[in-house]
Amino acid sequence: MIAAHLPIQRPSNAKVLIVDGQGNIEHRARSEFANLLRPGDVVVANDAATLPASLSGQHSRTGRRIEVRLAGRDSLDGNRQFSAVVFGEGNFRTPTEDRSKPPELNCGDRLELGRLRGTVLRLLNHPRFISLQFEGSPREIWEGLARHGRPIQYAHLPTPLAVWDTWTPIAGPPVAFEPPSAGFVLDWSMLASMSARKIRFGTITHAAGLSSTGDPELDALLPFAEPYRIPRSTSLMIKHAQASHGRIIAIGTTVARALEHTAAMFDGVVPFGERLATQRLGASSRLRVVDAILSGTHERGTSHYELLRAFVDDEILGRIDKELNARDYRTHEFGDSVFLERAANRTRPLGPAICRRMTVNSSTPSVSAKECA
Amino acid sequence: MNIHHKTVDSIPSPLSPRLTPTGAHPCNPLTDIRVAITGGSSGLGLSLVRELLNRGAKVALVARCRNRVECVVQELPPAHGIVGDVSRKEDIHPITMQILGALGGLDVLINNASDLGPIPLQLLADTECEDIERTLATNLLGPFRLTKAMLGSLAASAREGRVAVVVNVSSDAAVHAYSRWGAYGASKAALLHLSRIWNEELSLEGVRVLSIDPGDMDTPLHAAAVPDADRSTLKRPEVAARELADMVAAVLSRRTPDSDAIVQEAIG
Repeated sequence: MIAAHLPIQRPSNAKVLIVDGQGNIEHRARSEFANLLRPGDVVVANDAATLPASLSGQHSRTGRRIEVRLAGRDSLDGNRQFSAVVFGEGNFRTPTEDRSKPPELNCGDRLELGRLRGTVLRLLNHPRFISLQFEGSPREIWEGLARHGRPIQYAHLPTPLAVWDTWTPIAGPPVAFEPPSAGFVLDWSMLASMSARKIRFGTITHAAGLSSTGDPELDALLPFAEPYRIPRSTSLMIKHAQASHGRIIAIGTTVARALEHTAAMFDGVVPFGERLATQRLGASSRLRVVDAILSGTHERGTSHYELLRAFVDDEILGRIDKELNARDYRTHEFGDSVFLERAANRTRPLGPAICRRMTVNSSTPSVSAKECA
Repeated sequence: MNIHHKTVDSIPSPLSPRLTPTGAHPCNPLTDIRVAITGGSSGLGLSLVRELLNRGAKVALVARCRNRVECVVQELPPAHGIVGDVSRKEDIHPITMQILGALGGLDVLINNASDLGPIPLQLLADTECEDIERTLATNLLGPFRLTKAMLGSLAASAREGRVAVVVNVSSDAAVHAYSRWGAYGASKAALLHLSRIWNEELSLEGVRVLSIDPGDMDTPLHAAAVPDADRSTLKRPEVAARELADMVAAVLSRRTPDSDAIVQEAIG
């Protein structure tokens, strides 16, 4: 695959690779995505807007320049506490894996990030993964983030991303740290055409965390725990579709993670409410709600790729990889897409044992390793 | 000179609400409604902040001048003050983020901030290009950009059955060709048409877009336009704010048919 290097959300030549429940592969123009849907289907997207989560500034104790990337949060409400990855001096032109290290970070260290002031509350099992608390009123923190923050940038893009490049057309609450980029496919015209064909559209709000940190140890912890909210209307749409054999189609990995997290807690039912997704979906996961997923084209070894293993087995994924490479699919946030129906042999019989295992397999990074005194 | 003589410029579409004043009563549809008002530190905008807070709404106001924003928040502490200039493209997303951060979502967006154009008013032929550009940036592009940035939140609100409304504050100068009001009139005419088209297109999403002409008011904008006006003949901005709030309340009283259908289907 090749990196998509232009920040265009819906390029006219975008492609989608389609895999049906029997493992058959075909290719279409992505603008035809709505034609893959059937009356009675429910399409669920993540409406989180992307925070400008990259904050440049200074580590007060040493005076050294740093970049803080907000990486996660425990709740959709409030804006005082975040988990964050700290980088040394440099900018997005250097790939994250080659970025310089920050100064040693200790509990209580103060960080000056534009108008924002923050304190390192604790280290999260890694020398540059911190729990960060901002000072000031919620209003001051929002203003500081909005005015000083920049979207997290990507080395494969030649020009810096503006914040509007990172918001999907349906973006709402500013709670994501990186764009829920599968949603770039959507526009209002597509939603109107779905509606005309009795295809329901609903959203969840899921605080998509960092997709990559450039550090193998940290990347092994991805995805971090992510809070999400399922609104009442989406819950009802899903219930209705389940009762009438409509398909539930997730736009993006965050939607699959959230819906399956709730379904695992409530025995296949998806009640509305806010929860914290802690599980990791992979080859051993059984899907209880999501019938198909539209996602980016992910590289082997990433957490997004692992999630796709819940939908199709490795033999099919191998064929997908070959097709993506042979046909020059573009990867990364502004790249092409895949649409995977859950393989026919991956049905939904889930017992309580699976629920327990999903909870135990939490990927939440421990926050107790180095508590402040 | 009677510049503004119409009081309501409601949109002639099949979905136009019947606008009946509601006043404050136990079923006040504005209770807990999340409202953002641009140009909220003076004139009609400030009166709207007061009126909507009085009716139980959660209100965020946007204005350019930090001092004025802070004065309003000091006077009306429940209001969320946001400093920003809707005519600047770079300000739109920071404003949007702060509104959504403060209110947790949005039900009603009132695009009230307006630029009069050159002061004193000029014939179009004497209007500098930069002046008309600035007027269009504030009165047309600003509301367009801000509404677009808010659309995901407004549509989400509508899906939850809350009825989402965008109000674009208009003027009879949008309809009538008044000499020396070229920059302002052209921008408001474009905004009126934008409102009409958007109202058609967004009805499917349950988002209503209204264009409301509040009439000639005793505001700083009017004083700049017509310095020698007899102020006693002008509408008080608080009266216009009450009328506008009544109109919004009338729209909010109607649930979206689509959200009802979803609930019906799901339950049925």
